[in-house]
Order: sequence, then structure tokens, then C-alpha cells
Amino acid sequence: MYRELICIGCPMGCPLTVTVEEGKVTAVSGNICRKGKEYAEAECLNPTRTLTTTVKIKNAMYPLLSVRTSKPIPKDQIEACLQYLCGITVEAPVTIGQVIVEDVLQTGADIIATKSMARQR
Amino acid sequence: MEAYDLVVIGAGPAGLAAAVAAYEAGVKKILLIERDREPGGILEQCIHNGFGLFYFGEDLTGPEYAARFIQRVQERGIAIKLNTMVLEVTPDKWIIAVNKADGLLKIKAKAVVLAMGCRERTRGAIFIPGTRPAGVITAGTAQRFVNMEGYLPGKEVVILGSGDIGLIMARRLTLEGAKVKMVLELLPYSSGLTRNIVQCLQDFGIPLLFNHTVVAIHGRQRITGVTIAEVDPATKKPKPGTERLVSCDTLLLSVGLIPENELSRQAGIALDPVTKGPVVDDGMATSVEGIFAGGNVVHVHDLVDNVTREGEIAGRSAARYILNPKPAPSLKINTKAGAGVTYVVPQLIHPQQMAEELVLSFRVNQVFKDQKLVVALATGQGHKILGTKKRMIMVPGEMQEFKVKKEDLWAALGQEDSSSPLELTVSVPEEGEDHDV
Repeated sequence: MYRELICIGCPMGCPLTVTVEEGKVTAVSGNICRKGKEYAEAECLNPTRTLTTTVKIKNAMYPLLSVRTSKPIPKDQIEACLQYLCGITVEAPVTIGQVIVEDVLQTGADIIATKSMARQR
Repeated sequence: MEAYDLVVIGAGPAGLAAAVAAYEAGVKKILLIERDREPGGILEQCIHNGFGLFYFGEDLTGPEYAARFIQRVQERGIAIKLNTMVLEVTPDKWIIAVNKADGLLKIKAKAVVLAMGCRERTRGAIFIPGTRPAGVITAGTAQRFVNMEGYLPGKEVVILGSGDIGLIMARRLTLEGAKVKMVLELLPYSSGLTRNIVQCLQDFGIPLLFNHTVVAIHGRQRITGVTIAEVDPATKKPKPGTERLVSCDTLLLSVGLIPENELSRQAGIALDPVTKGPVVDDGMATSVEGIFAGGNVVHVHDLVDNVTREGEIAGRSAARYILNPKPAPSLKINTKAGAGVTYVVPQLIHPQQMAEELVLSFRVNQVFKDQKLVVALATGQGHKILGTKKRMIMVPGEMQEFKVKKEDLWAALGQEDSSSPLELTVSVPEEGEDHDV
């Protein structure tokens, strides 16, 4: 199986052709440096993304608290995570780095606050 | 009347960095003035990651990056006035500001750092014809609505402009449940990062149409659709017969940023017609003595890491001026954008007071692959090459840098008679062109 990708390692944006056989990357072409090969392998075998989004917060300066996953999660889990986070509401005060959801949907990643928000009167 | 050694206008990344750097350089009586409810500037609405890779060697979100500098400001007890709008800065460094608690404020400073950032170009700036319905907003405004205020601006979205903010918002709106129908780009290439094109558009199957623009906006109360058309890449004019109607309830504009310099202009500071920001020297000093500037108010950056670095230079220079106020030395070198280059910052170098190493920031005017970059000094005696560098790729959307060492510059200057004009040119000469003249 062949897959066409654009390398995201630098602005060069090399067009990559990746050969995947029996769940393994057997060949990468089109890249001009090592980054291209590494990216192609990660992207074909286990594509992950850091999810950044918001959850509702009560008694804070704004109605939303910005959050992210503590590490990249599988790409195909992003939609489910978003659906799950729709139902989450936290209450101020919140400290930056605070865990909002532990091991979200068994991905091994926590949802953590990316901002401190004080309690408003 | 209040008096401070240093007043920093704007508490975004540039202003926060300037205040901390000035404090570290020995100036303690500092005031930061911010018009928003909290410090951090636009970073607070940039909840995505990708910040700080160079400065911290870490992949942070905007609020996380801002928090590090807010903490540094707080730890040092640097004063900050929030919800405060600066109305005027005078050349003799009086600052007129207003807020609800203090009313009208008149503040005297020994030095000022301008860190007002930039603002988005709007529909008016690009002259899109049609009606004037609701639902036509800039990408950054939408970003604030979605990420901070809790409003989704629409459900069926067309985005004009493929800069990074437009791309980031395409993903953000999709994640929040809106349908982003397409991103249109007038140019044959995107000014956004490849990473964003892949992760914000391709991940979600959002089409990116190059050489396309919006030629009409439809709708009375609310936008109902846009007419899009292909443009001739040479003339940028719509090609007749290529128009088609695309329905939407929101049009996001991501069509460029302009440094915000109303205050600078009022203070009589010389502005660069290309960058639209103050003309600065290697220490980020503007043309008015004792007023410095850094970050997006000087020129629009791609990376906050560079904004921080510029803010720090401005802060350090302001501190040096406060502790030993004297005008810049008379020996100066003008920098110049040569072939293939749009602008160079700083526009001026004072070799007698420059740091050991100076970073020239510049943008190229087209995509260059495997081309040589040349930095040359023109003196009364002719040209001297300061450095050449072959770069695999240079694109207009990514700011380029070239480091100049003080000793190399002085070596090139030699026994220069300071009365002859000196010019340092950054260029990407065409292949085979003789640049050693």
C-alpha cells in the first residue's frame, strides 16, 4: 500500500511516498532529510495529535477554561475526547497544569488546564 | 501625576519581556499598561500549541507561554495597570491614559517601550463588494469568541486567507462542530506553516483553493453566501466566467496584520512604509530619543519566541538609556532590502553601541529554493561581503534571520570615514549574478 503525505518537518514540505506492507513502513521516498522518514513512519503507523480545546468554567472571568492533553493522543480518539469534554464543567479557581480529567478515555493522557483562573466575586 | 522610570505600553509577549529585561538590567520603577482585563495579549486566545519551541525548547500553548512571563513580572513586583487605554504618548515621554478607577492619568516616564502589537486587516482593507450583513468577521475576533467568550460565530464557514490564524481557526471551528467549507488564498502559495496546512486542513478534509478570492458578499441581515472566483496569478484580477456561489453563514477574514502605531505616529516617531512599524536601530530604539519598541508593533512576526527576544532587547536598551541617558552615537549604518527581499529589521545599526551579535530579521518576496543569501556592506570604498549562506528554502511566510557579529562588521568597516553613507544590504541575488562588485 502506498500513501502520499506532505512532510511537516520544515517549510520545504517534501511530498512523501510511503510504502506500508504488513503494518510496517518498508520505504519512504521524496524526503530530502531524516525528518521526512521519521514523520512518515509516525504518521502511517501511529498518527497522534495534542488536543487543545476548552471546557466550561463557573465563577471565572470568562466562561471557558483552555485545556490540552498532557501528551499527544491517537488521532482517531480526538472526536470522542471532544464529545466527552462537552459534558465537563469545572469551577474556579483553577491553577495552570491542574488535571481536569485523568486518563481521558483510557488514552493514557490527562486533560490539563493551560491557564490559571481566579474565582470572581 | 505619577512618575516612573520606564512605562511599557502593552502587556502582551513583547511588553512582558521588555519589563522583565529592564528590571533585570537594574531599572525597578516600571509600569506596564494594558487595555485588556488581564495580561498576556493575544496569546490568551491562542489556545493551540506550538509556542516556545525556540525560547523554552518546549511545545506550549499560548496561555502557558504567557503565564511564564506573567509570573516573572509578578515575582518582581512590577506594577501593572489593566483595563487602561493609552490615549497619547508625547515626544518628551508623557503618557496620557484613561481607566474607570483612576479616570484620566498623566504619567511621566524617563523611557517608554512601545509594545502595542498589531491588528487584523478587515473587509474594508481589501474592498470586497456586496452588501454589509452580519457574519463577516476577522479570524482573530472569531478566535476570541470561540476560545474565550464562549460563542460560535457560525455553522457554515468560508475562510478567506490561508495565513496561520485562518488555518488554526479552520481546525478550531471544525472541532467545535461548524462546517468549514473551504479556505481561499489569493496567492499561488500559503503564507501559513506546512504543519498547519496538514494538521488544520488536510486532517479534516477542508479544501484549500489557491489563486481564489471572494468577489461578492450576499445577504441582508446575515450573510447567506459569497461569490468566489479564480484569479489570474499575474494580475490578481478575477477571471471572468470562473465565479460561483458558495452558501455560508460566516465569512472569516485572515488577510493580514498591521502593526498598531497610532500612538507612535502621534509621538512623531518615524515609521517604515513597508513594515508599517517604527524605524528602529539594533537596540530597538525609535527615532525619538528614549522611546523604544519591540514585537509586532515593529513588524509582524510568525513566532512569539522572536517577539519575546525583541521585547527583551527593547527593555535592556531602555534600561541602559534610563541609567545613562544620552543620544545614540553618530556613526550609523542603514540596512537595506536588496533583490528578493521585502524588508530588513533593524533599519539602523549603531556599530559603536551594538551587542556582540545582531540578528537581522527579514522577509523574502517569493519562494526561493536552494538559493544563496548575501549580506554586503557598501562603504565609500565599495562593497564588502559580510556573509553568504545557501538556504534550502526561503518562503515569504517565514521570517528569515541572519546573524551579524560585531567584530565582522567592524572588520568590514575598517578605517571608514564616518561621513560617507554606509549601507548593509540583504539580498537573494539571481543565480550567476556577480555580487562581489
